Amino acid sequence: MVGKIEPVNGSVKSGSNNPTNSATMTSNAKSDLLNSLSFKSFKLKTKQQELLIRVSILFLVYVLAFITRLFSVLRYESMIHEFDPYFNYRTTLFLTQKGFYEFWNWFDSESWYPLGRIIGGTLYPGLMVTAAIIYWGLRFLKFAVHIREVCVLTAPFFASNTTLVAYFFGKEIWDSGAGLVAAALIAICPGYISRSVAGSYDNEGVAIFALLLTFYLFVKAVNTGSLAWALASAFGYFYMVSAWGGYVFIINLIPLYVLVLLITGRYSMRLYVAYNCMYILGMLLAMQIRFVGFQHVQSGEHMAAMGVFFLIQVFYFLDWVKYMLSDTKLFQSFLKITVTSAVAVGTVALGVGTASGYISPWTGRFYSLLDPTYAKDHIPIIASVSEHQPTAWSSFMFDFHILLFLFPAGLYFCFKRLSDATIFIVMYGLTSMYFAGVMVRLILVATPAVCLISAIAVSATIKNLTQLVRAKPKVSQISSSKGVSNVKSSSKGSLDQSQPFQKNGAVALLFGAFYLLSKYATHCTWVTSEAYSSPSIVLAARGAHGNRVIFDDYREAYFWLRQNTPQDAKIMSWWDYGYQITAMGNRTVIVDNNTWNNTHIATVGRAMSSYEDEAYEIMRSLDVDYVLVVFGGVTGYSSDDINKFLWMVRIGGGVFPVIKEPDYLVNGEYRVDKGAAPKMLNCLMYKLSYYRFGELVTEYGKPPGYDRARGVEIGNKDIKLEHLEEAFTTSNWIVRIYRVKPPNNRW
Amino acid sequence: METLLKARLALIFSILTHVSLLICASSHELQIVNAEKRIDLTSHIVKVFLTLKVENTGTLPASDVLLAFPPTEFDRLSLVKAAIATGKKKKRSYVPLDVKPIELLDAPNGAKGFSISLINPLSPGATATFEVLYISTHSLKPFPEEISQSESQLVYYHDSAFMLSPYHIKQQSTFIKTPSTKVESFTKLEPTNRASKEIRYGPYEDRPPYSFSPILLHFENNYPFAVVEELVREVEISHWGSIQITEHYKLAHAGARHKGVFSRVEYQSKPSLSGVSSFRHLLARLPPKVHSVYYRDEIGNISSSHLRKDFQKSELEIEPRYPLFGGWKATFVIGYGLPLQDFLFESSDGRRYLNFTFGCPLAETVVDKLTLKVVLPEGSTGPTAVVPFQVEQHLEKKYSYLDVVGRTVVVLEKKNVVPEHNSHFQVYYSFNPIFMLAEPLICSNLSLPTPKGKMEESWNICLMRET
Repeated sequence: MVGKIEPVNGSVKSGSNNPTNSATMTSNAKSDLLNSLSFKSFKLKTKQQELLIRVSILFLVYVLAFITRLFSVLRYESMIHEFDPYFNYRTTLFLTQKGFYEFWNWFDSESWYPLGRIIGGTLYPGLMVTAAIIYWGLRFLKFAVHIREVCVLTAPFFASNTTLVAYFFGKEIWDSGAGLVAAALIAICPGYISRSVAGSYDNEGVAIFALLLTFYLFVKAVNTGSLAWALASAFGYFYMVSAWGGYVFIINLIPLYVLVLLITGRYSMRLYVAYNCMYILGMLLAMQIRFVGFQHVQSGEHMAAMGVFFLIQVFYFLDWVKYMLSDTKLFQSFLKITVTSAVAVGTVALGVGTASGYISPWTGRFYSLLDPTYAKDHIPIIASVSEHQPTAWSSFMFDFHILLFLFPAGLYFCFKRLSDATIFIVMYGLTSMYFAGVMVRLILVATPAVCLISAIAVSATIKNLTQLVRAKPKVSQISSSKGVSNVKSSSKGSLDQSQPFQKNGAVALLFGAFYLLSKYATHCTWVTSEAYSSPSIVLAARGAHGNRVIFDDYREAYFWLRQNTPQDAKIMSWWDYGYQITAMGNRTVIVDNNTWNNTHIATVGRAMSSYEDEAYEIMRSLDVDYVLVVFGGVTGYSSDDINKFLWMVRIGGGVFPVIKEPDYLVNGEYRVDKGAAPKMLNCLMYKLSYYRFGELVTEYGKPPGYDRARGVEIGNKDIKLEHLEEAFTTSNWIVRIYRVKPPNNRW
Repeated sequence: METLLKARLALIFSILTHVSLLICASSHELQIVNAEKRIDLTSHIVKVFLTLKVENTGTLPASDVLLAFPPTEFDRLSLVKAAIATGKKKKRSYVPLDVKPIELLDAPNGAKGFSISLINPLSPGATATFEVLYISTHSLKPFPEEISQSESQLVYYHDSAFMLSPYHIKQQSTFIKTPSTKVESFTKLEPTNRASKEIRYGPYEDRPPYSFSPILLHFENNYPFAVVEELVREVEISHWGSIQITEHYKLAHAGARHKGVFSRVEYQSKPSLSGVSSFRHLLARLPPKVHSVYYRDEIGNISSSHLRKDFQKSELEIEPRYPLFGGWKATFVIGYGLPLQDFLFESSDGRRYLNFTFGCPLAETVVDKLTLKVVLPEGSTGPTAVVPFQVEQHLEKKYSYLDVVGRTVVVLEKKNVVPEHNSHFQVYYSFNPIFMLAEPLICSNLSLPTPKGKMEESWNICLMRET
């Protein structure tokens, strides 16, 4: 089927309908036209067949990428997941209801009470605007969809688009076969799915698309030297900047890439055009995003790009001088002077800029990327987030599976056929792999690179093997059975038949590759359905009889807040739940997941770790009406506030030295049972979590007050509250809400 | 409230001009020989059954019998039904009669009334027996107004020991049924008897017109005071074979407000002692053959619901996200689909009509404001609604999937709806079946780049619909 060669029309490049000169050709074309009209003898030329196969594979991959992300909708419901997506959903709702200008100038008084938050100036609007445009578009086409459905399906939709970009990117750096494999790999790669399942309405969902698009367009611009591609790349960059803070990776990787090309002597006019256009336009466009503002010229993280920009001007200048000067010796000395003075001017400018405060130093987050231990020592608020932890090997295996082995192989192939494009993908792969090792969440950034490089490995290997197998036409059946890696086969390769079992070995290896790839597919599907499709708002567990038990306590509590508390009630909780309370409970919170004010969070941490009367003073000063704690002792839900408590102590203690971590530990051990530290047993968080828990029998055969999350009997069963009272506890006790009583009358 | 008052006033004046002369002439020529009033206070919906034996003592035949109510009670009335008994004791049957609100001209203290129109005028000297049922809502006032979790709910009920009537009453008695034997106090007006769950006032002899003697009952009532403050029911008809119903509820517990602590441990461990007046289950009675039922709210699906289906009915048992204590609220949406052939019929003149139940499917709830929207298919014309009781109506436009000119929505609004309002109503409209094809055509035109001629065809259809 694949290897069929048409006798005459094979020479005609495109379209058999074109009138050709010779009479024989026209008659041939006529008969061909007739043939194609009758369905029985419907035949396509090799090129068309190949195109058809490629397009249909791509289409299937596109659909697959979308539907594999719908597990969460089928298992649970069409809902927004996790924490940050709730903020994004709330802002999108605001945007669609009130319009863009209101959104852009929105001062949100419902969060960070009493400070408030300027939403328009402190968020990346790309995601919300994208969803709103899709929503308005559908509305215009008379599809009466709800904005929630649009938000839920935005991430899968963009994941599908990413597969297309991956295909073109793969085609650009290797060939269309590698592009197809890359599209297929990225469509189901768990590292990407983890952030783009339906309902995971987060910046990353569109940002990975924008990231890969920017890179693709830039590589295309470098390969062609076309101003149009560079311009497109600048717009891709603009979209990325509007969508996610991870754009810093682009603005550092591309200069690094340019620098590497300069050093390896691959400087060309194409590179000059691509980089200058992309950098200048991208920078100007990025300045339109209020949250980014003038950072491109003022922040230390963006200075590398500017340095490289000036460097490339120097290169261009030198090139020109070299062209004008025919004397090499003179040029050498000129080169020395220019490079020295350029470096000196650059250093002085940077030094003056930093010293005068015009250029801000690197932020903590940036430092923590370069030095994994930095956050732990200096910024507990970053270190406290589980997705900011260094990555374990198991999660690499979990998220990449066979790609982890294919990645080095792909690197080998890239080095074997070095070009501007492969250098880019190698650099992207290596740097992003490093960052993926530093922070769990950055596996996401590495995923496209890993998929592309692995795709090169798969495609090149299979291509080589099939060429071996197809050396004689007899065994050509195997290659066509490979759905994913149906590569364009040019049977021109003349192979030496020197080794005796080469063909059999190749067949065996092909089967091995097929086995590995199918294992990859099953692994990805399993991971998606089991691990990454849980919304984390609704908890599901297996009951004693294998039935599915749903714990919907979060929404129970948030809905209770929404319906049964005063409209202006202020809720104090740990910052993790801030976005959810404002989005689902529609109430004002003290702190939320936008951790912009460390002191404010530390104040809440201090209140939680103080004794009740001290905490009461703090809560009075913050106008707190209700306190919300998450408690997993009844259900065995382990990511509750007691397990997060040490971070509250650390963050609180970082600002208020009254709070000392050793006070809550016994011999460096964190305990809640009888042997716990006295301060621990009487701090607000402990009291609120375990209030009247001592009366409850949670597990058969265990004493009352047995904490199932930590597997111990609690140490303080006689908890009296003086300034707070229980306002609501959900049916499985996961969320407990307390009302702060007004102060007592003095007489 | 004000608009309600205005509407009522307008109504009253219009009736006034017609009836006032008649009333003046006839009101004093009737007398009530025997009146029996039975008040059922077991739930939060107060049901009163009156059995009146009326005699025409005048010289002219009487065509109306009047009922009088104190103004406060009149405002809380949700439904007044009357029937006349015909036949002798064994073969007694009841014929329903028409009831209209009227203004009582000579009534003291602004008492208001209803007039029961008789089919056959009551000739002089004859007697007739009437059965009257009236239902009032929000008549039980919780006292104390705030209770804690462990207390049970006590309520006040105000009424009169004598029946308020424009007629002279020869003999009357009032029976009050309480939900439990726990009665804190009740006004005594001899002869007054109390036997377990029943309190009897009377018999009282020979009371002049408009006699009134206030009585007050203070008793325990832990019945769930489930009140739907606002219910919007949307019935969307699709001629492709389905009716989609979406119901938006704003539910509240209208009993004594919850005070202080809600303790989950007590609620879980002592269900009989803790939160006795709270409720967590609701039962929605849906038509049979219901499909694709959902139960959700603004923040997503609510997983605690059960659906039982059989040939007669479907029962949806729903649980709000949290138990409702006094003063707590919950909003939610119930949606379901029904087969079209059970509810849509063709009338003799070729028009179609929807035959559907008015009222709230939730059992034993009061709906303060019910808005029923019947969304007719796009292209239907001339809608008229036939409702067995008085409702406010107007038309709206709604745009749903692939709509060009929008769908006509018949909006019916009624305040103070009780389960007794669950009777059928009809919406008649004309519809050309060709419009059923409009949306598939638009759809195919959107998805496929079809030749121009086809595109114009679909636009022609769209234009046709506007005319």
